[in-house]
Amino acid sequence: MNFDFSDDQKQLRDQARKFLAEKCSPKAVRVVLDGKAPYDKELWKGLAEMGFLGVAIPEEFGGAGAGHLELCVIAEEMGRANAPVPFSSTVYLAAEALLIAGSDAQKKKWLPAIASGEAIGTLALFEGKGNPAPKNVKLSAANGVLNGVKKPVPDAAIADFAVVAARTGSSGRDGDISLFLVDLKGAGVAVKSLTNLDPTRGQAEITFSDCKAEPLGAAGEGWSILTQILDRAAVLCAFEQVGGSDRALEMGRDYALDRIAFGRQIGSFQAVKHMLADMYVSATLARSNSYYGAWALSTNAAELPEAAAAARISATQAFQHCAKNNIQVHGGMGFTWEFDCHMYYRRANAMALGLGSLSYWEDQLIDRMRKKNAA
Amino acid sequence: MNFDDTPQEAEFRATARAWIGANAPKQYEDELRKSSLGRTVLRNADILDVAKAWQKKKADAGWACLHWPKEYGGRGSSPIERVIWSQEEGPFGQLSRMFIIGHGMCGPTMMAFAREEHKRTYLPPLASGEKVWCQLFSEPAGGSDVAGLRTRAEKDGDDWVINGQKIWTSGAHYSDYGILLTRTDPTVPKHKGLTMFFLDMKSPGVEVRPIKQASGASDFNEVYFTNVRIPDHQRLGEVGDGWNVSLTTLMNERSAIGAAVSTGFPELFEYCSGLMLDDGPAIEDRAVRSKLANWAVKASGLKYTSMRAISALSKGERPGPENSIGKLVAGSMIQDVATYALDLQGASGVVSGEDSELAGRFQAMLLRAPGTRVEGGTDEIMRNIIAERVLGLPGDIRVDKDVPFNKIPTKGRS
Repeated sequence: MNFDFSDDQKQLRDQARKFLAEKCSPKAVRVVLDGKAPYDKELWKGLAEMGFLGVAIPEEFGGAGAGHLELCVIAEEMGRANAPVPFSSTVYLAAEALLIAGSDAQKKKWLPAIASGEAIGTLALFEGKGNPAPKNVKLSAANGVLNGVKKPVPDAAIADFAVVAARTGSSGRDGDISLFLVDLKGAGVAVKSLTNLDPTRGQAEITFSDCKAEPLGAAGEGWSILTQILDRAAVLCAFEQVGGSDRALEMGRDYALDRIAFGRQIGSFQAVKHMLADMYVSATLARSNSYYGAWALSTNAAELPEAAAAARISATQAFQHCAKNNIQVHGGMGFTWEFDCHMYYRRANAMALGLGSLSYWEDQLIDRMRKKNAA
Repeated sequence: MNFDDTPQEAEFRATARAWIGANAPKQYEDELRKSSLGRTVLRNADILDVAKAWQKKKADAGWACLHWPKEYGGRGSSPIERVIWSQEEGPFGQLSRMFIIGHGMCGPTMMAFAREEHKRTYLPPLASGEKVWCQLFSEPAGGSDVAGLRTRAEKDGDDWVINGQKIWTSGAHYSDYGILLTRTDPTVPKHKGLTMFFLDMKSPGVEVRPIKQASGASDFNEVYFTNVRIPDHQRLGEVGDGWNVSLTTLMNERSAIGAAVSTGFPELFEYCSGLMLDDGPAIEDRAVRSKLANWAVKASGLKYTSMRAISALSKGERPGPENSIGKLVAGSMIQDVATYALDLQGASGVVSGEDSELAGRFQAMLLRAPGTRVEGGTDEIMRNIIAERVLGLPGDIRVDKDVPFNKIPTKGRS
């Protein structure tokens, strides 16, 4: 049994960690946090040069052709560094959508541009409140044009193109939904930035008015493709969450060692030690569930839907738990803008919602476990 | 990343599987599979007899105590082979429960500290299950604080004379031998005045009294020592070095990698899958599903954490500290799971025993569960271990560390 990343993959992780420690310091993250830039362009360029943006994109489409296990280790480091770049929307959502359903021409047009850092992509799924469900998709597609509003759409204000879920039927079944590819720089697109929990990753509203769009994948296959995209993104996001959990735990541990109160290190009080031990437990469970997700993702295993839901739930819980208790260990200072704790708290809580909320994934997990047991 | 055996592991697995298939007591398989925490497993046989017979059969064919050297009754297997064996043994592994302490703790301590002739005499019958061993550490005055123990050993000629009391001794009532941690010098700080021995549990002056647990069952005992004589050659380690010797024992307790910890989740999922609530199937209920999902990811998290440790063994590495979370997570989880299963039964959940839902499976689990959070290291001790050894946080401030043992206060208030 070798349920672990290979030495080469671990080396890649170290390389990514070193690169991000240098190029993505908390100070750099704060430039975006404070609204002085929409994202870190220099870092984005650097990620392209390192080959990280296209690590799972095949060589024929301009990527490194390495694979999803390699992408998982990079995702973990992106989460650890709280990187203020549109990595998840472009790489986990847009690129995955193209890899699953894109025509050869579509792949040739967008994938090399993603790998080189020239194109930012995203997925426009949600339309206000609610979790992923065909009935929540109201934006209409008819005669090759889209009409409707999507929000929130991650990184839409800086994106060049979007994969858009649209309604093409009214039977009340999954087959009513189809996917489209839209050039966001074209006519009929109005983008409005939205204030959001985590300013290091933008959210926006897109209004489509008779906007030209080309189909992505077969008509009526949209929901089945979306489900695959969300499962794959769930595993990749879980690695970001695992990286963020570990970093928040480390920050709390380090502060508990440095801070003296009542004449001793606060990390010598059991109330603090046990809080940190519980954070370690959550982070470890999340890591192990995510490894299983990585295995299922990289082998395209039949277990992927269940593994992805488990990784999603476990990693979401761990990141929220570690981020909030990191602030608690820091006491009052943890609640200042000046300390970095809130950046992880913001990221943890924003990520908990991005692909659908916890309760949605809990429901998914039980459905999938039942399906497996019935099979 | 994969779950595949190496060719060597696959060969070992095939051999083990074939032998188990041909020799295991299959008539008990179903009952063993259905057993869960707190529930007696066999209806028509004494589990001790069945367990001893299975152990002897394994020993005769060279399948006992795989990780021990051959000359002491083991097989000299690698750690990963031990894991593969336990995967293949499956439900029959439940029969090894009465030997866990002897094989996992007493045996390794004997191997490290006993005289060669004692090892050759005592270890093979321990491996084969013909003799059962227990571990006599905990005392009324020393549970989590084991080094606070008071049982005295005083030198008298070539013997030591033991007086005192042990508690929470698993299986003392059917044990033939035990390893015993005593205080030989109360005038030095507590960790420095301890000495370890092994003894015949049938020695004059040893009295075993079962403890009736909160669950009503009796798995543990009090053991009283009144002028029990132990020859000096049965001493394990130096006089005054008993604390270090006991650490060897306890390290072995915590290194049982790949041992499945019971969470109660598979039982609960199965139960909910068939259960009807007032307004429909339980498994369709939003609240039930949310609870199940949260426990599902804990159970799978533990499973894959264990797989990571096994992978490290397979590569010949030492597993990391992540395995220390198993008991901590599983202990409180099984308690919560049992509580919830009864909640789903409504008022009738109060009825336990043979005539109740699933013959009282979850009621028995509920009553046994508090013990899992205490035995083998309380939740609080486990959190300390994680905080100190994994995260590198400072140890507790020990006010009795440099105080002679006989000057340490013994009462909180008078």
